[in-house]
Amino acid sequence: MDKIIAVFIDGIIYSSWLFTAAIGLTLIYGVMKILNLTHGSFYALGAYMAASLTGALLAKGMEPMLSYAVLFGSALFVALVLAPLIERGILKFMYSKDEVVIMLITYALFLILEDAIKLIWGVSPYFIAEPYGLLGSIEFGDLIYPTYNLFLIFIALISGLGLAWTLMKTRVGKLLLTVIHDPEVSRSLGINVNKFYLITFTFGSLLAAVGGAFTAPTVSVVPAMGVEIIVLSFAVIVIGGMGSLPGAAVGACIVGLVRSISIHYAPQLELFVIYLVMAMVLAFRPRGLFSTAEARKI
Amino acid sequence: MNHENGGESYMAINTKIAAAVAAGFLVAAPLAQAQDAPVKIGVVTFLSGPAAGPFGVPSRNAAELTIEMLNNGKVPAPYQQKGLGGAKIEMTLIDEAGSSTVQVTEFRNLVQRAGVDVVVGYISSGNCLAIAPVAEELKKLTVFFDCGTPRIFEDNSYKYVFRTAAHATSDSVGAALYAKAVKPNAKKFGGINQNYAWGQDSWGDFSAAMQLLVPGSSVTTSQMPKLFAGQYGAEISALLTSGSDVIHSSFWDGDLEAFILQAGPRGLFKKSAVILTTGETAMFKLAKQIPDGTIIGARGPYGVFAPDNELNRWYRKEFEDRYSVPPNYASYQMTQAILGVKAAWEKAQAANGGKRPDIDQVIAAFENSTFPSPAGDIRMPLGKGHQAVTESVYGMTKVVNGQMTVTNVKRFPADQVNPPEGVKSTDWIKGGMKK
Repeated sequence: MDKIIAVFIDGIIYSSWLFTAAIGLTLIYGVMKILNLTHGSFYALGAYMAASLTGALLAKGMEPMLSYAVLFGSALFVALVLAPLIERGILKFMYSKDEVVIMLITYALFLILEDAIKLIWGVSPYFIAEPYGLLGSIEFGDLIYPTYNLFLIFIALISGLGLAWTLMKTRVGKLLLTVIHDPEVSRSLGINVNKFYLITFTFGSLLAAVGGAFTAPTVSVVPAMGVEIIVLSFAVIVIGGMGSLPGAAVGACIVGLVRSISIHYAPQLELFVIYLVMAMVLAFRPRGLFSTAEARKI
Repeated sequence: MNHENGGESYMAINTKIAAAVAAGFLVAAPLAQAQDAPVKIGVVTFLSGPAAGPFGVPSRNAAELTIEMLNNGKVPAPYQQKGLGGAKIEMTLIDEAGSSTVQVTEFRNLVQRAGVDVVVGYISSGNCLAIAPVAEELKKLTVFFDCGTPRIFEDNSYKYVFRTAAHATSDSVGAALYAKAVKPNAKKFGGINQNYAWGQDSWGDFSAAMQLLVPGSSVTTSQMPKLFAGQYGAEISALLTSGSDVIHSSFWDGDLEAFILQAGPRGLFKKSAVILTTGETAMFKLAKQIPDGTIIGARGPYGVFAPDNELNRWYRKEFEDRYSVPPNYASYQMTQAILGVKAAWEKAQAANGGKRPDIDQVIAAFENSTFPSPAGDIRMPLGKGHQAVTESVYGMTKVVNGQMTVTNVKRFPADQVNPPEGVKSTDWIKGGMKK
């Protein structure tokens, strides 16, 4: 019984982590049609900023409970400073180019930011273990989970539901849906599409940075940590359907649960199972589970 | 006097002599230069990526320190002669990050473009497996300083490749011997290892050795996450629910640190005896997170397990003075490899009448050699004299007055944890680990 409980809880925790990281990627693709590889950089930058800043402030005697606010503040700082700079300074001039060219530009930016991280923080690992253990732990049978893991589920829920609510219930969200549907018509209706691109890129990058910042207390923050997350995030949004918010949620849950089942019952398949699921989904739904039929412009 | 006799004029003979002397100078000048020319050593280690912090940077620091001290003649006996046999050492540093394909390209660049005389490097077992045949093809003396897979010399025979650190079998067998010694009633054991050559070989040897040493024991679970996965929540749950008495992990780099950070708060270290075969690299950085009683190794007699000898006292002092941290096992292994090259080079030079040796002479001197290092005397008896063996050492962590220490240290002699020459590790373990 412990094992079944563990499969479910581990799957949900991993799904939450994946969803927080992937939701920004799918948002940016949905609105801007950019396969944004700098997403991994924002994840890593969020983690580095959070680990170094929180570590420094804790060393100076900061109240430990404030570290959660510092984690979020670090992510906010990274996204608000860097994302507008990249969108306004580089991507804005590339929107007329082919999607593949823009993807290559984001790949180049990813490589530059990877080296920038090494220049700023060096290659030695950063640790901030305090926030991970601060909230105590919860027992499920014989299994102990730090409450922080449940906090990560809460962050994923807030991110997903908040974004869904914004899109469905607010004026800004409805305007954004219009931009997603057709940027040209949106422009003709007087919507400032470029402004929405800026907001979307910044908010999507913020979600990646939040994912990195709140992962930092559970890992060793090291160079290249953005590489792994970008691969997994792509798997999630490809399974769910690129640009689909519910698709990202379902994709993350599928990946998380399938991986967890594999680890508990057939660990030798773990490496392979995520990509097996992705291949099977694409075999039957080439545009992902939540893709919708698109009108072709003639 | 008739200088025209014999049909050859005096002038003509003089001209020939002069030409011969000039030609002699032309030939001799480069030879004289070659005798004193610097020895170029290519050093390859992780300068970026998750392995840079715990392994790459400490080993790079060790290489820089050791080469500088050798060039200044400040290393204790028997390494007091400057450089390599008096020739200055020049270091070219290369990042090991990237795929094995990238590393093969970098190796070719080092040899064919930078023109290095010796390559010392490689932490990743995958990279060592890829580089060894290329080193052989290019006929370049290459010394692996850290990578662990036993397959390098057990599956192939190389003339130009050496490894001055013991391979993974001694770590795994040592871990099994330690587990049996401190947990004599343990019957169930599990593992979490990275899914590539190092992790697979380490787990294979450990599980086989445990089943041999503890009759009736069984494997509960073998977790094999991918390298640099970073998230181990589900794997830790699987280990927690497995009922393992002993858990083996050969995790290294950021993966080891992430595993400790995630497994500690979940009580894994209290529920099972956890063996971290490379735990020494994290013991100071994560002193607060590693619970007392965790079994750690250093892949040999390195770091806190190093013997008290003059070379070690010199090494620790110089390293700590310069970098403000103690050298970890990756540092020790890098210095050991460079000292191994120096010992072989100077032995070959002495046998060559004091002249700069050629590469075949250095190889002949290196094979089956024994040379002193901060970790004690290093023997090269395996792999037809190309593979080192060392004793295997394990201990348990204990924080004393806020400082991380090791207790209950046990040392297993090299012959107890390594197969005899010519026998594959897996066959040796299955055959009862006979000496």
